Amino acid sequence: MNNWFLGFFTSSIGRKLLMALSGLFLILFLAIHLAGNLQLLQNDGGVAFNKYSAFMGHNPFIQLVSKGNFAFIILHAVVGLMLWVKNKTARGAQGYAVVKTRATQTNPTFAKFMWLYGIIMLVFIIIHLVQFWAVMKFGEVGTAVQLVDIEGEQVRDLYSLVGAAFTNLGFVVFYVMSMVVIAFHLWHGFQSAFQTLGWNHPKYTPIIQVLGKAYSVLVPLGFAVIPIVFYLLHS
Amino acid sequence: MKLNLKIWRQQNAKASGRFESYQVDANEHMSFLEMLDVLNEGLVSTQKEPVAFEHDCREGICGTCSLVITGQPHGPQSGTTTCQLHMRHFHEGETIVIEPYRAKAFPVLKDLVVDRSAFDRIIQAGGYVSVDTGAAPDGNDILIGKEVAAKSFDAAACIGCGACVAACPNASAMLFVSAKVSHLALLPQGKPESARRAMNMVHQMDEEGFGMCSNVTACEAECPKGISVENIARLNREFIGASFTTSK
Repeated sequence: MNNWFLGFFTSSIGRKLLMALSGLFLILFLAIHLAGNLQLLQNDGGVAFNKYSAFMGHNPFIQLVSKGNFAFIILHAVVGLMLWVKNKTARGAQGYAVVKTRATQTNPTFAKFMWLYGIIMLVFIIIHLVQFWAVMKFGEVGTAVQLVDIEGEQVRDLYSLVGAAFTNLGFVVFYVMSMVVIAFHLWHGFQSAFQTLGWNHPKYTPIIQVLGKAYSVLVPLGFAVIPIVFYLLHS
Repeated sequence: MKLNLKIWRQQNAKASGRFESYQVDANEHMSFLEMLDVLNEGLVSTQKEPVAFEHDCREGICGTCSLVITGQPHGPQSGTTTCQLHMRHFHEGETIVIEPYRAKAFPVLKDLVVDRSAFDRIIQAGGYVSVDTGAAPDGNDILIGKEVAAKSFDAAACIGCGACVAACPNASAMLFVSAKVSHLALLPQGKPESARRAMNMVHQMDEEGFGMCSNVTACEAECPKGISVENIARLNREFIGASFTTSK
């Protein structure tokens, strides 16, 4: 491959494009993940959710997309960290004694602390994966995870695993707090991705901004409702 | 009106600087720079070294004056440069902190003077039209829609003062570069070189050590000329498009 490609993706705008595209993919992933997870709230003892979980765990297309998802999370984190380091050093050794910020289009607090929200989210993702994904994938049947009969097929009982976690107040608080951080990250990230892609237009930008704010509140709220409902109903 | 000033003093680019306190008796009709002139006259008359600061036209069009005044580039009034800021916007006995722009790409030369030649090198990389476009009658031969002309003119209002870099938490020069790319790319005379221009100017910007855009929009809020971040989106389009479509 010619070095123009590498040159583009190491330029400032190229790196921002990587952040925007991987970010938009992960935004889409969140919506799909939420749609699946909301089946946890069906009052059927976990039949629908376990059926869905078995499908997600075995469908070859989903497996491919999930690999891509891991890759995008890593890419987003690594490039984000590189941008953060470069941006931190761009001010120079001597910073300002006083900083006062005028009101801006986007809330500068959310924009400035994307790195911090990102690091908290990375910790969340690792704990979340160890707790559920790793157990479903590698956990020993009988000890770490039980089998359950769904329409004559023996599948791993993710529903009980989730139920056990969400009846623990510590985990409920941890999950809800993590969703608040994701909401902050999305509040800036959603509309920022479109600006980076060059999609700024007097007709469409206001729509994107409203959509972004609605998305960044509703999707994390949807995720946060699940542990709260579980805790209230089952603990 | 009596004012307390805390001013950054630094002997030269290599020396380490510090804040020094001064008292000045100003008049509310003075501009901020005239207030500094009064301070310097006092310093000179007592055999002290005057505070070095940059200024030229003093009517808000040259982009030479800078200063971060109590945490804001060009001071508390929006849409004006330091030279257009009058002392009536401050109150009796107020303490004003005056700092130079802070960016790795804008090293301090002395006191409040920073070296902004990084901007000149970015312009030299492509912020121009190579061919003679003729006089006004030639220009008028090419019809340009009013909306397009207005957008181009709004971008051309950039005076290259560097307040965007000073205000950006990442010390990014994207607003400046985007304004310079936009005002030429929007017009037919600037179009033939637009791809080359966007690529060369962005590469020079990266080279100079400015930070990257996080879409904070602090630049737009502090810009004395109200340059819109819409231009940054246009620069992104120009640069991404040029990178993937040109043969170089």
